[in-house]
Amino acid sequence: MNIGSTANSARRRRLDIGFRILCYGAAGIGVFILALLLIRIFADGLPRVNWKFIVSDLSSRPKRTGIWPAISGSLSVMFLTALIACPVGVAAAVYLEEFNSHKTRFTNFIQLNIANLAGVPSIVYGLLGLALFVRACNLGYSVIAGALTMSLLILPMIIIVTQEALRAVPNVLREASMGLGSTQWQAIRYQVLPNALPGIFTGVILAVGRALGETAPLIVVGAVAGVVGSPKNMMDQYTVLPMRIFTWSTDARAEAHQVAAAGIVVLMVVLLALNSVAIFLRNRAANR
Amino acid sequence: MSDPTAESPGASNKVAVRRMSIRDLRRIQQSGVRGITLLCALISVVTTLGIIYELASQAFPFFREVPLFRFLSGTEWRPTSDPPSFGVLPLISGTLLITVGAGLIAIPLGLLNAIFLAEYAPKRLRKVLKPSLELLAGIPTVVYGYLGLFFVTPLLKHLMPDIQASNAAAGAIVVGIMILPLVSSLCEDAIRAVPRAMREGAYGLGATKAEVTVHVVVPAALSGIMASFILALSRALGETMAVALAAGSNPILTLNPAKSIQTMTAYIVQVASGDAAAGTTAYKSIFAVGVTLFAFTFGMNMIAIRLVKRFRQVYS
Repeated sequence: MNIGSTANSARRRRLDIGFRILCYGAAGIGVFILALLLIRIFADGLPRVNWKFIVSDLSSRPKRTGIWPAISGSLSVMFLTALIACPVGVAAAVYLEEFNSHKTRFTNFIQLNIANLAGVPSIVYGLLGLALFVRACNLGYSVIAGALTMSLLILPMIIIVTQEALRAVPNVLREASMGLGSTQWQAIRYQVLPNALPGIFTGVILAVGRALGETAPLIVVGAVAGVVGSPKNMMDQYTVLPMRIFTWSTDARAEAHQVAAAGIVVLMVVLLALNSVAIFLRNRAANR
Repeated sequence: MSDPTAESPGASNKVAVRRMSIRDLRRIQQSGVRGITLLCALISVVTTLGIIYELASQAFPFFREVPLFRFLSGTEWRPTSDPPSFGVLPLISGTLLITVGAGLIAIPLGLLNAIFLAEYAPKRLRKVLKPSLELLAGIPTVVYGYLGLFFVTPLLKHLMPDIQASNAAAGAIVVGIMILPLVSSLCEDAIRAVPRAMREGAYGLGATKAEVTVHVVVPAALSGIMASFILALSRALGETMAVALAAGSNPILTLNPAKSIQTMTAYIVQVASGDAAAGTTAYKSIFAVGVTLFAFTFGMNMIAIRLVKRFRQVYS
């Protein structure tokens, strides 16, 4: 009996160690894959990236092409998207967290709806944009149609992160402000929002970063696959960085694949810069 | 706005009137702002209704040309040939092949990763691991497509020499890597939410750490963990650019991962980027496929949300 239980506990200890190794291994694989992918992309793309590549126009010849119209297209779409989605998203979150924070059936319904929207595939937003903005509103394949579609896509994300940021603001601030005679809106405007700002900002940057890398909806609402110039105004046609990467990747010529990798490097650097700003803001907010 | 409390008690009527009007003004401002924010919150509801309405109203004419039964049971998808054939099963099988394959990679790896982060990792290691996983999640999907095409497929060629240039296996692998961080972070949240007392109780009975984790913590967090699996699979189902590049655009009914296939999302991309004229059956068909895709993901998301809610009720 005694001997049996020692053997049993030795087996259990072995299993314990085995499981620990399995967990360490799984975590290691994740980091290994990340490193592998990043190294591969930069090895493929970095030799092709130079200043001339960044500032030159697109060309159908991979050897001579630049990427500036795609960069400016991406930036214009993202700028407009942020301009549309931020106020609406923050306002919606303020309503859900501040003006109607007791959980009524109505807010529960909106909340469920937002959670669901966050899970809808991005290409479905593209189909909505195609039917609604491109055709019904007659905006055509324009920058503004793309930005409106993208706004709908990132709206749930912005609402959710803003709600979290608002929830993190201590209630004392609201009570003190209203105790001094302010209206609820004044408490929100002068106390709650300024305190939640770093959190909101971080979330917005991450959402815009996600939109920057998103291609599927923009293909459906008409980002140009071919050679095109920088957009001049909101109704102009446009292309975006991921769209060009997609087109170059499907090109039969091998030089085009290298250009695709170079495009990826540019896109990743922009994303990395955005995310660093977000992380910096988050850390600063956490330290306060 | 000037401070109304600065006025003396013996102020004239005029001042009292002005004081009232400032207060009224504030009240109007308050309810005005409240109304505006309510409208913004309602935009999300309008978006859902818009998606359902637009998809349905565009898909409806399609189903008048192609009967629903033939759409759902047909095994051939040839939208551009003459006569065209609209059987959605090849697209569904392609989509499921990718989703299941991605799940096979992401679910075990993601769960173990989450267990490691929540139960085993020293604080320092966790501080490095978590951001790098977030980085993995932040890589754009088109980049995963590129990697599937030019990195994963050449590697797979060593294992399967007759593999096609774009194939289901590469698509499933890159999508699996892509949803791994999602599984990992959601599972970690679920595991962390398990009360400490349950672990202490099991340790007190003499269980090893692995036993506590496998027999106590994971079962206790199960509904949250299941929710994360479903959400991740739903993400894989709706994933577009990675599969459009890595898995191809060849709608055939097969379970062979070395073959080029087409998912529902990749078909929408193919038609949309090919500039199909509005009004043709092929153009309408992308909305029919969109409805199918939306129905799948909507159902999965609802189940996941339910599970998370139940999980929260148990431990709060």
